[in-house]
Amino acid sequence: MELTLAIAIGALTGSGVWLVLRPRTYQLVIGLSLLSYAVNLFIFSMGRLRLGAPPVLGPGGSGNPADYADPVPQALVLTAIVIGFATTALLLVVLLAARGLTGNDHVDGREPR
Amino acid sequence: MEWTRHLLIVPILLPLVTGALLLLIDELRHTAKALISLASCLLLVGTAFALMRLADAAPETGSALSLSYAVAGWPAPFGIVMVLDRLSALMLALTAVLALAALIFSMARWHRAGPHFHTLFHFLLMGLGGAFLTGDLFNLFVFVEVMLAASYGLLLHGSGAFRVRSGLHYIAINLAASLLFLIGVALIYGVAGTLNMADLAQRLPAVPAADRGLLQAGAAILGIAFLIKAGMWPLCFWLPSAYMAAAAPVAAIFVLLTKVGTYALLRLTLLLFAPGAAEATGFGGPVLIWGGMATIAFATFGVLASQAMGRLAGYSVLVSSGTLLAAVGMGDTAVVSGALFYLVSSTFSAAAFFMLIELVERAREPGADLLAVTMEAYGDEAEESEAEERDDEEVGVVMPGALAVLGVCFGLVAILLAGLPPLSGFIAKFAMLSGMLNPAGLGAATATAIPGQTWLLVALIILSGLAALIAMMRTGIRTFWAPLETIVPRVLVVEVAPILGLLALCALLAVQGGALLSYTEAAARTLHAPAAYIQGVLGTVQPGGAPR
Repeated sequence: MELTLAIAIGALTGSGVWLVLRPRTYQLVIGLSLLSYAVNLFIFSMGRLRLGAPPVLGPGGSGNPADYADPVPQALVLTAIVIGFATTALLLVVLLAARGLTGNDHVDGREPR
Repeated sequence: MEWTRHLLIVPILLPLVTGALLLLIDELRHTAKALISLASCLLLVGTAFALMRLADAAPETGSALSLSYAVAGWPAPFGIVMVLDRLSALMLALTAVLALAALIFSMARWHRAGPHFHTLFHFLLMGLGGAFLTGDLFNLFVFVEVMLAASYGLLLHGSGAFRVRSGLHYIAINLAASLLFLIGVALIYGVAGTLNMADLAQRLPAVPAADRGLLQAGAAILGIAFLIKAGMWPLCFWLPSAYMAAAAPVAAIFVLLTKVGTYALLRLTLLLFAPGAAEATGFGGPVLIWGGMATIAFATFGVLASQAMGRLAGYSVLVSSGTLLAAVGMGDTAVVSGALFYLVSSTFSAAAFFMLIELVERAREPGADLLAVTMEAYGDEAEESEAEERDDEEVGVVMPGALAVLGVCFGLVAILLAGLPPLSGFIAKFAMLSGMLNPAGLGAATATAIPGQTWLLVALIILSGLAALIAMMRTGIRTFWAPLETIVPRVLVVEVAPILGLLALCALLAVQGGALLSYTEAAARTLHAPAAYIQGVLGTVQPGGAPR
């Protein structure tokens, strides 16, 4: 499972970085989204991978912390997703504005000569 | 004294409530919005100074050093705490005063140039206040994001192709930096198991040697995120264009955003890697010193090469960033104390400069400074939209003798940026240099030799001042003396007042330099005694509750 997750994070990061370095604004947005997925998975993995362990105490729970997954990274991921989502939406608006004002989708607003 | 404890949360709640309230008021009611915004900002200034007094009243040694506020009453390592010490109180006061000046300036016309200016402005203040007060790493991320989200909106305020293009770069860079921030925070959490800064500092020495590399990698990645925000070379190429593109009052408040990165670095390096605290003492210090020096060198060339005044101001922000980073890297108490003084002085002068530029540029023929500047760097469309904006009728008291006042202000800003006496820029640089050259304290027989890199830094700081003076003189002559037919700009009192106010504050800082210097010295000493900070946070008293 560790290997699968590591490969997934690596693949997402690699494609994200490559796309961020591309000259089109749409590629930039997709690249940043992929990077943020990778980062979210990474934060999640920092709470150690556990199968079938609940993060919160349920009724009749054992009360032994060893039986539970670390809830903090899950909360962090939730916050990071919300913030990333909002800022990406904002970037999309700016991207459209830039497309409208400059007439092309190059990140510098003009085609290289 | 129970209620004073709740003052700690005011710099976050007040702008939040004001910003939300202003959303409900119709955009057409400019005056009502501006008045509410101004009232809130005045309250914030009052609160910030009350907090500064509160922080300064705390004993310098002993356990009850920093005041902390457990949000919702959850005790320290589990809940989020707000921590007030001299450094955060100083930053809050700086924020509030600068915000007041920028807000007054914006009332001439900028706040009407687009929707929701005041709301975004207050959300920015909320993010700044939270970032300076929080005692939790992830909470710091959240507040920095609040601040950045508001700054994206503010940078685009006024629109125009040049702003949108610079805004696109600014947002993309900052999103990438935020992702690095998250990776760093996650790595640190994965190793140390806590995000509370005080708890983290306490646990760091116990981290097993096998995990130390991972921890340092996390700290380094986190540091890179802060360095992007602080604008260290080679992570700073976004900064001059973004600051140049922003509307004048926005650029003035943006001067503080680079200081957030510096603040976080100062706080975290001295807390987590304090001398004698952990194995990794002085971690990252050399990077900050050399990076800071590279930044000063790069920005000095930038200052000399800039033709447009906005770019010149952007590079002078970079000079101050580089100086601060190098000083933080040295980590010496006296140097840090001088650097804090420099932070206040350089923030005020750079903000005054950004506001002044807009007024001065009205006196120049459009395109006058395109002499040697390539047209695309400036943008045709930006010029046109500026001209259109200027056409709308301006209501207000017109400043008499505008050109003379502007000229004097420009001269004062030049003196401040160059660090010449009699204004505070000189005292700031003097305090820093004196700290660097007298590591044992002024007057003590210096037995220790001063290392070469310190001499290099001293030379760079002095040379950057010289470069600033040359560039400012050249620009000043071209603007005020050289034009054959002078256009007397229409300048309102509301626009000149905040600039004069900031410059007067700098003069006051020079006259009353001793008071602020003794405050920053106390702040630097508290920063170098992290044990007291840790005890102050972890032995926190819940609001209305008994000590744990």
